[in-house]
Formats: sequence, structure tokens, C-alpha cells
Amino acid sequence: MHTFKYNLAAVLKYISLVLGALMALIPIVVVFFASLKTNAEYASTGPLTLPENWLNFANYTKAFVDGNMLLGFMNTLIIVLISIAGATLTGSMMAYILARFKFRGSKALMGAFLLATLIPGVTTQVATFQIINALDLFNTRWAPILMYLGTDIIAVYIFMQFLDSISESLDESAMLDGASYWTIYWRIILPLLSPAIVTVIIVKGVNIYNDFYTPFLYMPKSSLQVVSTALFKFKGPYGSQWEVICAAIMIAIIPTLIAFVALQKYIYNGFAQGSVK
Amino acid sequence: MPKLSNMSYKNQRILIIFLFSLVPVVLLLTFSYLPVFKMFQYSFTSWNGLSKNMEYIGFDNYKTIFTKPEYFAVFKVSLYYFFATFVQMGLALYFATILSFNVRMKNWFKGILFFPTLLNGVAIGFIFLFFFKPEGTLNTILDLLGLGVLQQKWLLNPQLINISLAFASVWRYMGMNFIIFLGAISSIGSDIYEASEIDGANRWHQFRHIIIPSIKRILQLNLILAVSGAIGVFEIPYVMTGGSNGSGTFVIQTVDVAFKYSKLGLASAMAVILLGIVVLVTILQRILIKEEK
Repeated sequence: MHTFKYNLAAVLKYISLVLGALMALIPIVVVFFASLKTNAEYASTGPLTLPENWLNFANYTKAFVDGNMLLGFMNTLIIVLISIAGATLTGSMMAYILARFKFRGSKALMGAFLLATLIPGVTTQVATFQIINALDLFNTRWAPILMYLGTDIIAVYIFMQFLDSISESLDESAMLDGASYWTIYWRIILPLLSPAIVTVIIVKGVNIYNDFYTPFLYMPKSSLQVVSTALFKFKGPYGSQWEVICAAIMIAIIPTLIAFVALQKYIYNGFAQGSVK
Repeated sequence: MPKLSNMSYKNQRILIIFLFSLVPVVLLLTFSYLPVFKMFQYSFTSWNGLSKNMEYIGFDNYKTIFTKPEYFAVFKVSLYYFFATFVQMGLALYFATILSFNVRMKNWFKGILFFPTLLNGVAIGFIFLFFFKPEGTLNTILDLLGLGVLQQKWLLNPQLINISLAFASVWRYMGMNFIIFLGAISSIGSDIYEASEIDGANRWHQFRHIIIPSIKRILQLNLILAVSGAIGVFEIPYVMTGGSNGSGTFVIQTVDVAFKYSKLGLASAMAVILLGIVVLVTILQRILIKEEK
């Protein structure tokens, strides 16, 4: 009796897991199917029907060219690279002085960063827009870059947590050798922080790659489109060509999928660390 | 410029604290605090965002929002997302619990359940447009299961639209809760489980008396974040419906009022209210968690 009950529980457990996995996968997989169908095939088959030709990439070519996706990827790449490099530097510097020096105002500084996390980004856009305008940054790549740099508190947290695990005696022995604080930061702390840097790069990178409203509001110029806004443009004009939209969706997803498979281990850690506190 | 290593450590310290905090602090002030300050200022004006002079009109904007039903009605939409969060957290907790014990193909299930969270918001909007289309995925699946009678126009029926959109939101964010819970559960020492097994505890007892108490704080935090999350919903409805058919959320309305209708003063007042709710909820959370300790 006991084993029977145990087995039943195990079966139910696996059924629920498979159902959960199907629920997570089906919406994406059907989009993938549709992206490989011809227009006539799409019109005559249901979403669950497999495509006839698994190598029909015509929709991908069309979406890539019509949607000017290459430009979207280029702009995204530029913004991601500059923002991440900047956020890593400023975040680690901030964390370094906050974790290593006790100075007057350090608590207040920490509090200021903390308080800022409470302000939901979307709410202040109305006013932020005026600031970007006043700085003459509207419709430039610097608008999103500065905003991604400016609001980064999670990075400071992740770095500070990690800095706690780096022994201060390392700093002290470097000081005995006459190293300056800059040298300590640049030669000792920063290299040791590399696991945390990977985490920050992933968390930031995912956020920036997926962000929609910042580029949408601040860079409406079509030459500045990023992946999100390029994808959004398919709405409307392609209403009757869902197979092309589906290819565009896949084009936006594939980089995420590759990054996920390659960096899985770090991603799990990164999100757990970045979001708990 | 003098060489850094020639300076005394005391002076170096002052210099490095100043230099290292300069850029982050300037950015913080410009893009976090200045906007909030400006927002309060605008909220008392009838400014349209363009004209040179701002006319101060006192609390008129706030009065408009609280008295005109079309401005206040959007909060009802938030309720759908708020309740959806409970579904989302329930599922996340369930999957996190079973996947923290021995399961075949554990990493595959973990990966698959978590992956949607990483996807582009616009892509998710499109994926679910496709999912809810009249001849779309959901209706086809229902047909296949012999449940054809349940077929609906998910995004055209005003009674279903917000449920459908909230479902998409659950799909998107469940993985995030899941991974956080999984992290929290995995930090519980295995000796506690072993001890409880010796005492004859089954999985349910372990869940009820070990797992739940250990992750209580994170659970509470997530519950309270659900409130601000529900009010801050923007991307999914904006991409999928543009806020039509009664699916407009508070943020969509704020953005529209500000940028479509150029009523910056009014939009700022809306944003101030939104900020007020979020701050209130956060204070509440702090108090609740303090009492727990």
C-alpha cells in the first residue's frame, strides 16, 4: 500500500512537471513552426501542424531584411556594450568604497541608492523625458545608455556581497608593498570580482536586451531602432503575414536562447543573487 | 597630476572616495531624484510639455484623477494582475519545491520553466497574440482535447481580455519567482530534512514545517512586490492590445496622457499617485517584516 501511494505521488509529480514544461514551451514552439511555413501553408494549416519544409527560411530572410534587424542588433550591441562596461566600472567602484571605507556619509550614500530602487522606473518617465530633452540627448543612443548606467543599484549590491568574501588582509598586504588604493582596486579587487562581474553582465545584459519602453520613448528615430523596437514595428503592417512576424519573433529570441544554453550555470546564480535582496 | 602612490593613505582615501562616487552620484541625482522632484513640481501645473511658462493650478490635477471615473477605473485592471500574482507564486513555489528534491531530468525542467523569464517583452506580447488569436494556438488545443465548446475570442471579449493578458503575465514572470524560491529552498541544510525523516515526517510535513518557514521572508517580499507589480504593468498589454477594450493599465494611461495628449501636468500627478502607492506598500512591507523578527 505504501509503495503504491508513493508511486502514485511520483507519477503525479512527473505529470505536473511535464504539463508545466509543455505550458512553457508550446507558445514558443508554435511560433517556431509558423515561422517555417509558406504563406499558403500557414493559411491552410493549424498552429500545431508541423511545417512541411524544416529548412524554409524565406520568412527569416524577409523579416530580417524588411525589419532591418541587422541595424537593430547593431544598435542593441552598441548600447549593451557601453552600458555594461560603464555599469560594471561605476558599480564596482561604488561597491569598493562602500565596502572598504567607513566614512561620514557612507550610510547616507547607501540609503540614497536604496531609496532610488523604490522609485519604479516607468513612473518617472514623464519627468525624465524633460531632463533628457534638456540635455539634448533625445533621439541619441546616449539617452538609454545614461539611463541604464544611472539606475544601476543591483550591480552595487551584487559587488558588495561579493566584496565581503574577499579578505581585507589582501588589501593590507598590498599596502605594505606601497600600492595605492587605485592599484588595489584595479589590480586586486577588480580581477577577484570577476565572478560577480559575469553575474552583473548577465543580469544587466538581459534587462537591456529586453527593454522596450526606454528605446521606444527616447529613440523613436528609425535609424536608432533596437531589437525590441524593430520587432514592435511588425505590429500592424504585417497583420496578414503572421509567418513573417513569427520569424521576426524567433530572430529576437535566438540570441537569448544561445546565451541561455551557454551561460546557464551563471544565469541561475545571477538571478538568485540579484533578486533576493 | 601628482602620482597617487606618493600621497599619504589618508589623502588617497579622500580622493578615491570622491572620485569613485562622483559619476554614480551624479547619475543617481540626475536620473532618479531630479525626475521625482520635477514630477511633483509638474503635477501642480497644467503644463503641456512644450510651452515656456507653467501655470500653477494647485491640486486640480489630483482632483481630476480622483473624481473622474475614466482615470480611476484603470485600477480595476490592476486587480486582475494582482490576483494573477498569487497563481504565479503558487505555481512557482510548487515547482521549486518538487525540483529541489530528487527528480529525473531536473536540469531540463529547471531550464524550461525558467527560460520564458529571459525573453524579450515585445516578443512575448507577439507570442501571446498568436496564442490567443481566434484560430490560434489555444483554441486549436482546446479543439484537439475535445473541448471545442470552450473556444473563445480571448482578446476581443471584454470579460476575458484582462484574464488572458494576466495569463501571459503569469507565463512571463513565473520563472523568475521559481528561480528565487529555488535558490532560497536550496539554502536549507540537508541535515534538517534528514532529521525530520527520522522523526517520520513526509514530504508535506517537510514542506509545511521546514520549507515554508525558511522562505517566509522571501514569500512576503514577493507578495508585497505583487502590489507594485500589478500597478506597474505596461509592456504586455501595450504590445498586445494597446490598452483597448478595457485592458488599459495605469502606466499605459500615464504614458498616453503625457505623450499622446500632451497633458504633462496631469500625467505627472498620476505618476505621483503611483509612486505614493508603491512607497506606501514598501513601508508596509518593512513594518511587517520587522514585526516578524
